[in-house]
Amino acid sequence: MATELEPKTGLRTGGNPWGDRIFGSLALAAGATIIAVIALMALFLIIRAVPSLQANKANFLTSSEFATTDETNLRFGIAELFQITVLSSVFALLLAVPIAIGIAAFLTNYAPRRLAKPFAILVDLLAAVPSIVFGLWGIFVLAPKLEPVARFLNDNLGWFFLFADGNVSLAGGGTVFTAGVVLAVMILPIITSVTREVFSLTPRGHVEAAQALGATKWEVIRMTVFPYGRSGMIAGSMLGLGRALGETVAVLIILRAAAQPGNWSVFDGGYTFASKIASAAAEFSSKLPTGAYIAAGFVLFILTFIVNALARAAAGGRVSGG
Amino acid sequence: MTTTTLGDPTKAPTFHPIGTGRKVKNSLAAFFFTGSFLIATVPLIWVLYTVLERGFKAVISADWWGKSLAGVLPDQFAGGVYHAIYGTIIQALIAAVLSVPLGIMAAIYLVEYGRGRFAKVTTFMVDILAGVPSIVAALFIFALWIATLGFPQSAFAVALALVLLMLPVVVRNTEEMLKLVPDELREASYALGVPKWKTILRIVVPTALPGIISGVLLALARVMGETAPVLILVGYARSINYDPSNGNMASLPLLIYTELINPEAAGRLRVWGAALTLILLVAALYVAAAFVNRYLNRNRA
Repeated sequence: MATELEPKTGLRTGGNPWGDRIFGSLALAAGATIIAVIALMALFLIIRAVPSLQANKANFLTSSEFATTDETNLRFGIAELFQITVLSSVFALLLAVPIAIGIAAFLTNYAPRRLAKPFAILVDLLAAVPSIVFGLWGIFVLAPKLEPVARFLNDNLGWFFLFADGNVSLAGGGTVFTAGVVLAVMILPIITSVTREVFSLTPRGHVEAAQALGATKWEVIRMTVFPYGRSGMIAGSMLGLGRALGETVAVLIILRAAAQPGNWSVFDGGYTFASKIASAAAEFSSKLPTGAYIAAGFVLFILTFIVNALARAAAGGRVSGG
Repeated sequence: MTTTTLGDPTKAPTFHPIGTGRKVKNSLAAFFFTGSFLIATVPLIWVLYTVLERGFKAVISADWWGKSLAGVLPDQFAGGVYHAIYGTIIQALIAAVLSVPLGIMAAIYLVEYGRGRFAKVTTFMVDILAGVPSIVAALFIFALWIATLGFPQSAFAVALALVLLMLPVVVRNTEEMLKLVPDELREASYALGVPKWKTILRIVVPTALPGIISGVLLALARVMGETAPVLILVGYARSINYDPSNGNMASLPLLIYTELINPEAAGRLRVWGAALTLILLVAALYVAAAFVNRYLNRNRA
């Protein structure tokens, strides 16, 4: 931490007496710029979205249509986008969180001390792979391998709504199922790094007390590490969720467009907020259709804002997603 | 008393051996934790292997690193991607030039000056900015720079979006590094009558510099692979364009995305070749970051 001890600026000899004031103001201005950026972001997205929202002939929140080609008859709503976004992100989260917690427990309690750091770097490297590469791998390599798994789940657990028939064919694997698995891989390093950090801070005394009572290693973890790290697990999961909600190109490459609206099955296709916006980038020449996508982008901005604020609140301060 | 009575406890032992149920649970937990780590290494190795295997042939072809795709037919494997490599690097560099000074100053504010409410709001906003999806950052630049201010689509607009993505990474990392500088150094400097701003610029920042630089390199690696901004803010070009402020410009992610529509085998080869090239660029930055961290720190010690 910076010291509270401040030199008395006026008493020095030599140097520019204005130096401190100028430098301090510059630093303050840099901090203010960051606040201004977030404010401008909300402001300009709203400014650009409002005319399109006024011209919208469908209900923005409840409609599943997204017809923006006819400027005089704009009909767009986010219901379908919201459904696919939430479905794929939550599915990814359910896959990633138990594994991330397992990895964090392994790295802090099981891995040999000398190997713990290289192992942690190995997991962090997953975050270094560009998302478009994950997308390519997901659709060309992983999807064919997942297809039999998807068929098995669909055949045997089809009575459960998540595994019911989706609105696209299982062939090729362009479903939320594949996208969710890829998203899970992509958010794994974030959740792991936050969780691992909290786990490693478990007070030594708690651990030793549990050991002195004769607890096995698993009992030590269950009684000391997990309760102590609960806030970290929640914060890490929220950060991972935020990342999954906004992931664009991997989802865009993997998910197949669907003619019918989805029915909350992981074998649905369709668009998330982010992939819908990216897919329409070529349409961005005229004002009103563009505004429709900017409105969708604003909703995504609000969603991620809330999720990240929750992550911060859960961690009781700041969190770093690594 | 004889030793035989001492060796014969009067009371049954209080400690029981660990029951089977607890043993099984303990082993299961160890198995699950180790297993989750092993599972996590699978996609990493699988992805890297796939890209290497499928892109290798493209990357070692003669013209890959020195030619563009100008005049190359979709079904013909010829030319190279140097126009896209140039685009990727120049966009990331412009973003770095804009975001690094701003990010370092903001971190200095938070660590050395920031007290009270305003500093808290700033930290909060850094966290929020870190969570902003790249597509939203791109849309914002589109709404501000292109739709409102009337500038054309260009590589510079992409760089502006990348600034938003780099900024929080640079701020957080620099903050961490500045906090690691011992207070004794600051106090010694103040005791010699050095003003605060000079202490920061001449003592604190230079001490933290290796960490700051390696953080910047990692941030660069992060934004190089960003695809959402290039999809929205710049058009694709098959030939080289040196001017970031004007016209279409290719970059590796944009080239991959464009060639995906090409059904020919040559297009697929280019896709994987560009993916491998992108990964090599990212890897080079990671190696450079590790080198800076280790080498500069050792020299200082």
